[in-house]
Amino acid sequence: MTEYNFAYLDEQTKRKIRRAILKELAIPGYQVPFASREKPMPYGWGTGGVQVSAAILTPNDTFKVIDQGADDTTNAVSIRRFFEKTAGVAVTEGTADASVIQTRHRIPEERLRANQILVYQVPIPEPLRFLEPSEVETRKMHSLEEYGLMHVKLYEDISQHGAIATSYAYPVKVEGRYVMDPSPIPKFDNPKLKMAAIQLFGAGREQRIYAIPPYTQVVSLDFDDYPFEASKAEHACDICGAEDSYLDELIVDDDGRRMFMCSDTDYCAKRRAQGHVGAQSAEDAA
Amino acid sequence: MTPLLQVSDIAKSYGARIGCTDVSFDLYPGEVMGIVGESGSGKSTLLSCLAGHLTPDRGKVRFDTRTNGLRDTVKMSEPERRMLSRTDWAFVHQHARDGLRMNVSAGGNVGERLMAVGARHYGDIRDAATDWLGRVEISADRVDDRPTAFSGGMQQRLQIARNLVTGPRLVFMDEPTGGLDVSVQARLLDLLRGLVREMNLSAIIVTHDLAVVRLLADRLMVMKDGHVVETGLTDQVLDDPQHRYTQLLVSSVLQV
Repeated sequence: MTEYNFAYLDEQTKRKIRRAILKELAIPGYQVPFASREKPMPYGWGTGGVQVSAAILTPNDTFKVIDQGADDTTNAVSIRRFFEKTAGVAVTEGTADASVIQTRHRIPEERLRANQILVYQVPIPEPLRFLEPSEVETRKMHSLEEYGLMHVKLYEDISQHGAIATSYAYPVKVEGRYVMDPSPIPKFDNPKLKMAAIQLFGAGREQRIYAIPPYTQVVSLDFDDYPFEASKAEHACDICGAEDSYLDELIVDDDGRRMFMCSDTDYCAKRRAQGHVGAQSAEDAA
Repeated sequence: MTPLLQVSDIAKSYGARIGCTDVSFDLYPGEVMGIVGESGSGKSTLLSCLAGHLTPDRGKVRFDTRTNGLRDTVKMSEPERRMLSRTDWAFVHQHARDGLRMNVSAGGNVGERLMAVGARHYGDIRDAATDWLGRVEISADRVDDRPTAFSGGMQQRLQIARNLVTGPRLVFMDEPTGGLDVSVQARLLDLLRGLVREMNLSAIIVTHDLAVVRLLADRLMVMKDGHVVETGLTDQVLDDPQHRYTQLLVSSVLQV
């Protein structure tokens, strides 16, 4: 046998994953178990996201993969090539041009539309995991809506650091019911979780899928006197000058000089094409 | 006066072995009841049945709830029972490690029950936690330390603070002084006696230490092989034991 089935997985497996996806869309934020398959990549490299993408891709889709916001990192390139080869779908780096976007650790800066699907790679789907090691107990806590423990974590943050120091994988409550881990996206992205596109979360090793349907209410947990704050570096992008995007910090020499740049490479490139210039680019040009 | 807890004909067996059987009693508000007996006499099984950790094979455990009067907690739905166990009930474990979160600060441990019932103001939660640490004689500057940095006696006092912070009406205690040295025991008992009187708590204390029940309990129940062999006022049972086993138990206490 030389040919792969469309998008690598066999049809029965894709069908089973689609059933899990339909179920999770009906119960926003609820973790649906599924029988995760072996993939030609190690766990932790996005096996959950890849299985979700494989199940929803059609031959007419345009596929984009980002890793920490970038289209050109190893993880993003290899997954993009994987589906180019096994599904023959068109691929793109443009956020607006894609119909399915698989992501690790970021939500694109550009606002997503109603006919797009965002697929997240999730390492640990259970937000209560590091507080309560027992899976039996955490499932019971979800089913009985006992989420006091989640606030104990935030309490500990404030008592140790004087502020809620959790900066990524910040817990959210979905549609007033399930507490959910939004995967390790920076908390800067949390307000974007209420969006027009469908959001699917796949955890391959942990064998869970969950979802946020379009325009679902997503609230970041906080205290009355320590409200949630979507934070980012107090800086503008040194390449495109954007002040509203999430920034990566880069040490550029041994003297500790550093620069900031958009973590979303497509956003940054589009802005430069429009003629925006940041501090660093202006220096280079001079 | 309606009893706070009405236990009738509780039985629990492990296969062919009897855990406890035919246990019935009423507990009134503000009353402290001691359950004594040797290891394996069924007292911990009984306590677990009463606190909802084990399901008894038969019998009723009726608790006077704030809203609906006497309700059978065995037949209650699980969410209701779990709600009771973090509001009106408290459970003090023999080993503080079972009742505390060892990787969470003392303040977080005390605050957990408040957050579980919906407190969402950090300042208020912290104030309540600090206040309660003071009431169990732990100094306020230890509020951010983890229980692993506490001595055994402090851990036990922290566990008590964590349980009493939501103002429960009924406290279950399983050997609360077990494993502590006598001077620490004395201090803990003194503290417990004060809190019980001050908050008008009802309590059920399981112990094999007769000195503990002498100090704390109004009434006493003596168990042997899963059966209750003698009940009565604490002083009456200890000073004038009627059943052979109780006589043995009382005369076994070492005098110094």
